Amino acid sequence: MSTDASTADESTAEEADLAALRARVDDLEAQLAEVDADAGDDQRSMTIIATKGSLDMAYPPLILASTAAAFGWDVVVFHTFWGLDVLHEEKAENLQLSAVGNPSMPMPNALAALPGMDRLATRMMQKKIDENGTASIQELIDVSLESGVDLQACQMTMELMDYDDEDMIDGVTTQVGAATALEHMADADVQLLV
Amino acid sequence: MATEYDVTTTLDVKGQSCPMPVVKTRQGVDDLSPGEVLEVLATDSGSVSDIAGWANSTDDVELLDQNEGADVYTHYVRKVE
Repeated sequence: MSTDASTADESTAEEADLAALRARVDDLEAQLAEVDADAGDDQRSMTIIATKGSLDMAYPPLILASTAAAFGWDVVVFHTFWGLDVLHEEKAENLQLSAVGNPSMPMPNALAALPGMDRLATRMMQKKIDENGTASIQELIDVSLESGVDLQACQMTMELMDYDDEDMIDGVTTQVGAATALEHMADADVQLLV
Repeated sequence: MATEYDVTTTLDVKGQSCPMPVVKTRQGVDDLSPGEVLEVLATDSGSVSDIAGWANSTDDVELLDQNEGADVYTHYVRKVE
C-alpha cells in the first residue's frame, strides 16, 4: 500500500514538473518571438542634442542629420539653449562665429575681444563657406525637413529665451521637453550631444 | 566617355560639398523606379567614399560604378526593389 501511494505521489509530481516545464517553454518561445520581431526591425535611428548656436557649431548636427536621413534613419535633433537659434527664423540667418577662444583664428585673443571682431570672423567664414560650395544652414535645415528629420525645439529653453512658436522655422516641432528627447534616445542607435 | 549603363536621369551636384552629394543622390533615387539608373556628377572628392558608404548601407540602391575623371567624379547608382 505504502508503495502504491508513493508511486502516485511521484507521478503527480512528474506531471506538475512537466506542466511547469511546458509553461516555461511557452514563455521562452513568446520571448524569442519578441526578440525576433525586434531584430527584424533594421531601421536605425539617431538622436542629436544640439546646444550650440554659433555658425560653426550649427553645422555638425545638421550635416549628420541630413546624411542619416539619406541613409533612411529615423532622426531627431533636439535643440536646446543656444541651439534654438539655429531654428529661429530670424536668428538662423544671422548666426555668428566667435573670434575669442578659438585657437584656429588667425588673431590673438586680446585682438579678437575687440568690438566688431566676431562680425569680421563671421564674414571671413561666410566667404569661405560660399567659395567652397558648402551648403548654407538654411539649405541644410530645408533638406533635413524635406527628408523627414524631426527638428525639435525645447519648450523650457524657448520660454527662457522668450521665443514663441511663431518665431521658429516652419516645420519645427515645438512643445517638447527632455522626456520626449529621452524617449527617442532610449531606442536610438546613435546619440550625440553637440 | 560612353557608359555601359542605361542612364535614366543625371544629377549635377558639381560645386557642392558634403553632405549635399549624398543627400541629393538620395532624393534623386527617390524619384526613380526600380531598375532605373541615376548618374551623379560631383566635384567633391569626398563623394567617392561617401556615396560608396551610403550605397553600401542603404537597402534600395546598388552602386554600379564610380569614375574619377579629370575634374569630375561620376557615380552610377541603380534603384533596386
